[in-house]
This record gives sequence, C-alpha cells and structure tokens, in this order.
Amino acid sequence: MSDPNGAPLKRTSLYDLHVRSEGKMVPFAGYEMPVQFPAGVLKEHLHTRAAAGLFDVSHMGQLYLHGDGAAAALETLVPGDIQALAPGCTRYTQFTTEAGGILDDLMVTQAGDRLYLVVNAACKEADIALLRDGLPKDIAIELLDDRALIALQGPMAAAVLARLAPQVAEMPFMSSASVMILGTSCTVGRGGYTGEDGFEISVPASAAEDLAAALLNEAEVVPIGLGARDSLRLESGLCLYGHDIDTTTTPIEAGLLWSISKRRRAEGGFPGDAVIQRQIKDGVARKRVGLRPEGRAPAREGTRVTDEAGAEIGTVTSGGFGPSVGGPVSMAYVSSDFASIGTSVLLEVRNKAMAASVVAMPFVPQRYYRG
Amino acid sequence: MSEMRFTEDHEWVRIEGDVATIGITEYAQDQLGDIVFIDLPESGAEFAQGDDAAVIESVKAASDIYAPVSGEVGEVNEALDVEPATVNQDAEGEGWLFTLTISDPGELDNLMDADAYKAFVAKL
Repeated sequence: MSDPNGAPLKRTSLYDLHVRSEGKMVPFAGYEMPVQFPAGVLKEHLHTRAAAGLFDVSHMGQLYLHGDGAAAALETLVPGDIQALAPGCTRYTQFTTEAGGILDDLMVTQAGDRLYLVVNAACKEADIALLRDGLPKDIAIELLDDRALIALQGPMAAAVLARLAPQVAEMPFMSSASVMILGTSCTVGRGGYTGEDGFEISVPASAAEDLAAALLNEAEVVPIGLGARDSLRLESGLCLYGHDIDTTTTPIEAGLLWSISKRRRAEGGFPGDAVIQRQIKDGVARKRVGLRPEGRAPAREGTRVTDEAGAEIGTVTSGGFGPSVGGPVSMAYVSSDFASIGTSVLLEVRNKAMAASVVAMPFVPQRYYRG
Repeated sequence: MSEMRFTEDHEWVRIEGDVATIGITEYAQDQLGDIVFIDLPESGAEFAQGDDAAVIESVKAASDIYAPVSGEVGEVNEALDVEPATVNQDAEGEGWLFTLTISDPGELDNLMDADAYKAFVAKL
C-alpha cells in the first residue's frame, strides 16, 4: 500500500495483529492503520463507552527532551505551563505560530529528569524540525521511534489493566508512571482521546504485540479502529488537528484558554503571545462551538453555517453521527455573536437549510477518573 | 416475473413491467458500514440516468446514490427514515430505497445481470 503521493506506507508493530483481527487497513498519516474491525464503527464506539477498547496509536510521535531547563526552553514554543508541571504530571498544549495559530497540539509529561512529548503523526516531522530549530543546543531531543503506543479506553479499562499492573488503578487523571507490565518497563499515562477513563501505554515495539494480545484476551476488550476513535473524540468535544484546529485558528478561538495558565497569560513568551494576549483581553471574532442538528442528517466538515436569514456565519470543522448521542453532532467555528448556548442557526446540507442549535460540549459527559 | 440488474456503483434494480425498484447491494452496505441516515428523493421527482437521486450517510461518510435509469420517482421507502439500518440488515429486500417509472427501457441494456455483477465485485 502507498499513500496518495505514492510514498510507501509505514506499519506499526501491531500491523500483523490488526490483520489477524481482520482490521480494514487504510492509509493514514503515512501509516497503514485499521479504520475498523469486523464489528464496525458503531459497535466499536458503543463498546468503548460500555466496556473497554484497545487502540493502536503508535503512529503518533513520541520523544524525550533531555537537559537542564528543558521545561523553560519548551515554553518558548508553547503557551502551556510546562515549568509548573509536577513530576509525573501531564498537560495538554499547542505549538503556536507568530500569528497565534496552531502548528500542532501535544501532550507534555514531566518525567523526572526529562520531558516526554506525544505529538500528532501527521505533524511529527515538522514538530521535530521546530524543536531542533527552537530549542537551545544543550537540550537533547531523543526520538522514541522504537516504542509503540497503545490506548486502552473505557469504563472497564482500569480494572482490565490493573490485572496486569495493580498500581495503575489509583493513578490520577493526567498522571504518568513507569510500570512493569508482563515483564516489560512501560510508561503508562492516565487519559486519552475518547472522553472515557483510560490509559495510554508507551511500550517497546518488540513487546507491543504481546501486550496488545494480552489485553485483547481480556473479556472486556475489543480492538477499535480509527473510525470509532474519531466519533468518540468528536462526541467528547475534543479537537482533531488539521480539522478543528490548524494554523488559521488560535487557542482562544478554539476554546482552549483553559490550557494556558495565569502565569503564561500574563508573561507571554511563546510564539503569537501578543495576538493571544490581545484575544484574551478583547475577545475573539469567532469561536469553536458544538452544534446539534435537528433531524438525523449529519452535517460534516465543510458544511456552511448561516443565520436564520441565510447569511454565512461559520463553517463546520468536524461532524458526523454520534453513536452514543444517537444523532448527528458537529463542531463549527461561528461568529461570536452566534456562539451562545441555545442560539438557533442553519446548516446548509446538500442545498437544504437544516435547523441546528449551539450546544455545550462535550456532547456526552466526560467520565475521567477523579479518584 | 421480475428481473434484477446491477450498476457499477453497486445499486440493484428490480424490474417489474415499467417499474424499477432500486436499492444498494449487499456488497455496498458492507463497504458503507453502519447507515445512520438516508436522504430519499421526493415522489414525483424526475431523474435522468446517472443523476444524483439519494444520499446514504453511514457513520463513516456520505455516499451518493445515482438513478440507474431515467424515470419518475414513484414510491419511496419511508420506513428508512426511522430505521435506516434496515439497509444494513436487508439491503436487497426490506432495505429498498425507491421506485422509478422507467422512461427509457433501452437504458436497462447498460446494466449488468447478476452473473456479470458477481464477476465485477470479485475483481474489486
């Protein structure tokens, strides 16, 4: 298989397992990845919310930053408060542009003597180049190309993983720890991209298939493809890079102000700080909102959003059918005048105007572990 | 006596006199995955062969359904508004989409019979 540009696709260390599980393999961000398994997107989605799903996210970029002052140095590239991170804690942030746009979003973990970063697959080359250019020479970048990343998500994820590693049961949300699983040292983080409780397990590639097979052997766990990964994150109101956020959207427009601490808001010192500080103070012209279309037709990415008179006020950036919601859900950027919860708008789907309301996100309650 | 024809877009056409009943094939429903919404044409709408006639939305994507032959829409399967997943469960039976009154029977010659469609799918 090759990507649309003809380049050969890479495979993760779980490729053979996916094929044995009859995953339907498709090109995604330069990798051959399973979009779904025989159960299908709908059942995979609902199973994850009811029990536990296993996701191969090994295509994402994992790396360490080593060196004294790595946290302060990284803060010159992201608005997140990396210096305030306590050991073993994880935070969500973004690489920003000088105009305040978003180059990628990422997770940063304070892992004691180093920082552990997880970045998007499609952006990882550019992110690494950005880090190489932007960090001082005494900060070493170590690419973890020899590690797989397995997400176990759902209300039964903790009970399942605790059978192999009891100490994960009490791990706080957005914390990370070094954990022995099946005789292999793994980095386990509590969190994920589904809105459910769960874990992301960074494991040496050579041990990944055995770990995934052991987890799939547990009665609660089924393999989940990229299709359900997308519908799960959409229902949970989580942004997908390249769709809901990109270089043309700022963290403030995207509703990600919560990811910028008071100190960083006040001090700045990241690319686009002037723009972002001004937007925090004066507000933004458009905002990312949740939309619930009336009826059953999904309003997908690119759908025009208009006011009730038909004037364009925004565009859908992600949309589809929410299996747990039982109906269509969309995210859109709309003019701030129309961003209040309860505002009625129209969606232009196949030249027909479809009524929709601005609603609070997430579309389904998040069920993270709070101890 | 009815006969079945198939298109390269994976629609089936059941012909009874001058009425064609149209749906998507078992192969198509399997490729689309879980169907969540179907935008059906209005009764009385007129289509030329190949026109966009309906849209099937699955959890994955929206897919256009083309008129396999020219004609005027007769009945539409309104039960699918409530239970679009019927197309997944019984694509070539209860999951029919709409009927057309055929305006040019000669167009049926462009469509495949069951054996030709089976061979077509086998090569995909």
